[in-house]
Parts: sequence; C-alpha cells; structure tokens
Amino acid sequence: MNNRNLKQYIGITATRVITIISILFLITFLVFIFSKGWKVISFSFLFESPREGMTKGGIFPAIIGTLYLTMLSITFAFPIGVLCAVYLSEYAKPKWLINIIRMAINTLAGVPSIVFGLFGLAVFVGMFKFGVSVLSGALTLGVLILPIIINASEEAIKTVPNDFREAAYSLGATKRQTIMKVVLPTAMPSILTGAIISVGRAAGETAPILFTAATFYTRKLPQSLSDEVMALPYHIYALMTEGTHPDAQIPIAYGTAIVLLLLVLSINAVAIIVRYRIRRQRKW
Amino acid sequence: MVNMEHPAMAAKVLPADRQEIIVKDLNLWFGKKHILKGISISIIPNNITAVIGPSGCGKSTFLRCFNRMNDLIEETKIKGSIIIDGIDIYSDKIDVYSLRTKVGMVFQKPNPFPKSIYENVAFGLPIKGITNKNAIMEKVEKSLKDAWLWDEVKDRLNASAFELSGGQQQRLCIARALATDSEILLFDEPTSALDPQATNKIEKLLIELKQFVTIVIVTHNIAQAARISDYTAFLYLGELIECGATDKLCTVPKDKRTEEYLTGKFG
Repeated sequence: MNNRNLKQYIGITATRVITIISILFLITFLVFIFSKGWKVISFSFLFESPREGMTKGGIFPAIIGTLYLTMLSITFAFPIGVLCAVYLSEYAKPKWLINIIRMAINTLAGVPSIVFGLFGLAVFVGMFKFGVSVLSGALTLGVLILPIIINASEEAIKTVPNDFREAAYSLGATKRQTIMKVVLPTAMPSILTGAIISVGRAAGETAPILFTAATFYTRKLPQSLSDEVMALPYHIYALMTEGTHPDAQIPIAYGTAIVLLLLVLSINAVAIIVRYRIRRQRKW
Repeated sequence: MVNMEHPAMAAKVLPADRQEIIVKDLNLWFGKKHILKGISISIIPNNITAVIGPSGCGKSTFLRCFNRMNDLIEETKIKGSIIIDGIDIYSDKIDVYSLRTKVGMVFQKPNPFPKSIYENVAFGLPIKGITNKNAIMEKVEKSLKDAWLWDEVKDRLNASAFELSGGQQQRLCIARALATDSEILLFDEPTSALDPQATNKIEKLLIELKQFVTIVIVTHNIAQAARISDYTAFLYLGELIECGATDKLCTVPKDKRTEEYLTGKFG
C-alpha cells in the first residue's frame, strides 16, 4: 500500500469510526431509557390517572395535557407564522427591513426556553390574566415554535418556481390571488412538514410550561382553557424532583420518558412520510 | 398533420372590426439601462407577427410590454404607448389585471401549475368573474379543443398536468391562455424546449389559432418565423431595424444588419 492510499484509508476509517460512535450514543441512550422504564409500560399506564402519591397508576392526564398544549400552540402559531413568511418573502421591502425582521426571528429562535417560560409567566399569566392554564402554556409554546414555522414556511415559499407566479400574473391574477391560489398551495406540503416538526418540539419542551400551564398532579382532565394541566415532560421533571417515594417514582419517570419519546418520534415520522411523498410527487 | 375537423373551422367567429395594435415610440429602461429604444410598429390583427433578433436584443422584454409583465420587475421605466382596441394600455385608467385576461401569454418553458389538467385551464375564469361550474366546464372543453389537446386528455381531466409530455404541457398552457377569451396571444419562444415533432404541432396550431386571435411570437429560429409568420420584425440592440411582410423581409431585406443576421453573420 503506498503512502497516499494509506492516508486515504486512515481518513475514511476515522470518519467511519466517529460516525459509529455518535450512533452508539443514541443507541446507548435508547437502551438505557427503555431498560429502566419498559417494565411500567402497560395499557393501564397509558389510560389511567396516577394514584397513591404518584407511585401507582398511569399518566393518562399528562398525555392528554401534552396533546392539548401542542395542538393549541400550533393552532396559534401556524397561521401567524405562515402569514409572516408570506409577508417576508412576497411583500416586505426594502432589503434592510427584511434583514432586521429576519434577525429578530432568528434571535427569537435562539432564546433559551426557560426565558420563554418567564416571558409567558409575565405576559400571559400575569398581564393578560390567563393564569396558570392550558391557554397560557399553549401561547408560550406558540411563541417558541413561531420562528421554526416562519423559517420553514419562508424556505418552502422560496422553492416555488417563479414560472408559476408569472403564469398566474399572465392570466390576470393579482398578487393576492397569485399567493392564495398558486404560491401557498404549492408550498403547503413543505410548510406542513415544518409545522409537524415544530409540534414535536413543542411536545417535548418543559421550561416554557413550567410556570405557565403545568401542574404536578390533577385528577381531572382539563375542562376549559383556563385549567391547569399535567404534561409529559413536566411530569418527568416532577417525578424526579418532588414527592416522597423516589424508588417508586423513578421507574414511572422513565416510563413517561419512553411515552414522550415515542410520541415525538411518531410525530417526526409523520413529517418524514409527508416529505417523502412530496419529493416523489414533485416534478418541477 | 393538420386536423381538418378543428372546431375553430366550424364556428368561425371573426370579430369584424378588430383594430390594429399600435406601438408608438416605446422606450424602456431597467434602472439606467436603456433596453428598448423608440420602437414604433403596427401589429395586424388575426395575423402572426414574429419578432426575431440576436440574444439580448430585447425581444422578450418587448413582448412583455404588451401585457405589462415588465411592471413586475423593479425599477422599470416605460415611455411611449401601446394602443390596443383604441386604448393606451400604459395610461393610468387601464386595469392591468383585466388587460392580462385579454392579452394571454405562453412562456418559453411549459409552466403548467402543479394542479390538475382541468384546474389549469379553469384557472383564469374565476379571476374573470366566471364562477358557474357548467360555464367553466364548457369553457375548459372548448379551450382544450381549440388547443388540440381535448382528445388526448378528455378521459383524465383530473390527472396532474405534470403527467403530460412537454408538447402537451405547452398546448395546455395555450388552452389556459385561450380560456379567458384572449384576443391577443404572446408567445415567448414557445418551442425552444420542445422536440421537433411537438414543435411542428405547435406551429400548425398557431396558424389555426390566428383565425380568432392576434399572435405575436418571439423566436430564435429564423426558419420558424419564415414558416408560420405573416409579418416579421427584426430587433437589434433594442432598436427595431426592419419590419414587414415575412416573405419580403426574409428574401430581400432592406437593411444590411437584417441581411447579416438572416445569413448567420451574427446572432
């Protein structure tokens, strides 16, 4: 083997080993969580309320709470995010203004999630007097995922070929009609992919709902938007830090983690399937 | 292959007094660049006028003046006038959107929407205020027939437009432009992305279509201009060098530059 081939061989092997190591992290992580938590997973774990000071029973209210929070947050964030992206990519002028807005959005994306929690506490819980509630939590999560939706939508709108816009204009369509009838429908599958991924993000966040929506324990499911809720990520946090029976609580925490993980993975799987189907259909 | 049973032959509705399109001293700037320089020409209705010239001479830009597509480009400045049906389309009173339903355009690359065949043709109708479903269906069928596409797609109107071949897609775009009752059709090198057979079909179609629309076509292909057009205009560096009946211009050009272009000395 000559010198150059040897260098080549070493280079390829090094990248391969490093890749395997990073995959190993994921695998050990999954094995660890599953081995510690799979024993508690059962039908009743998924569909019952917690009992006896969190040491028995299930996590049904937390699953429902997380679903409520994420669905509501995407309901707020999706229309605002898409319209914002439309404004940025189709209407906003001049360039420096666009750059400032984009910088603001990227800054928002980089804000630590606990700061969103504090913001939600101050604004939605305090100022708007929504209290610690599903509504406050969903709005806070909505603000958190807004930049993700805006960026995904803007990228999606940018990939719509200009040919389509020209065709619409040449048929007498106004700018608004062109956007509503051609640009948005063409970009919508990619926008939806981004939105689904942001749902996964919202489902897993703890800090933003810490002060705004989550409660350690409630017997009933949320009846209205002003109720406190249990939520999966916060439930894990609470099981690990509060309560008096850590031996019984910790396995439940891992079990909850498995449920949360599967929930987020399946949301992302939906996004992957949607994206795959678009790529297969797209022909422009 | 000429389709002798073309529906346009059966219902020969010729607007009796369609007026000439008059372009008067048209100048256009993109920023500081002077693209079109004092162009004056008359376009004869229900004829095919070809615009030829080397790349970058402004022929596409010139074409886009007729439906004001240049408005979409920032820092465009236009002086002069284009008079269609007795009205200057660059006057303040004109509604540019209804102008574009009257002056249709077919682009270089077939650009159907990522929608069904039916939706593509029907696209311009609600914009024009036609919302009755039966009326739209009738219009779609007539336009597809006029564009020689009906027989090929009548069983799959709900299929995606992208399932069609390049030539079919281009004819779909023609049908789409016809559906809004265009009086004028602008073609921007419509066959440059097509194979010879599809090109041949589109050329024959254009000759049929001139019975009910006025056609202006920009083409790179001198032979194509000679085959299909009645009048030809030669543009060079933003100026109209020569225009006239195609058979005259192509055989005995008056200007030396036209002759040089036709004989392939430049371009």
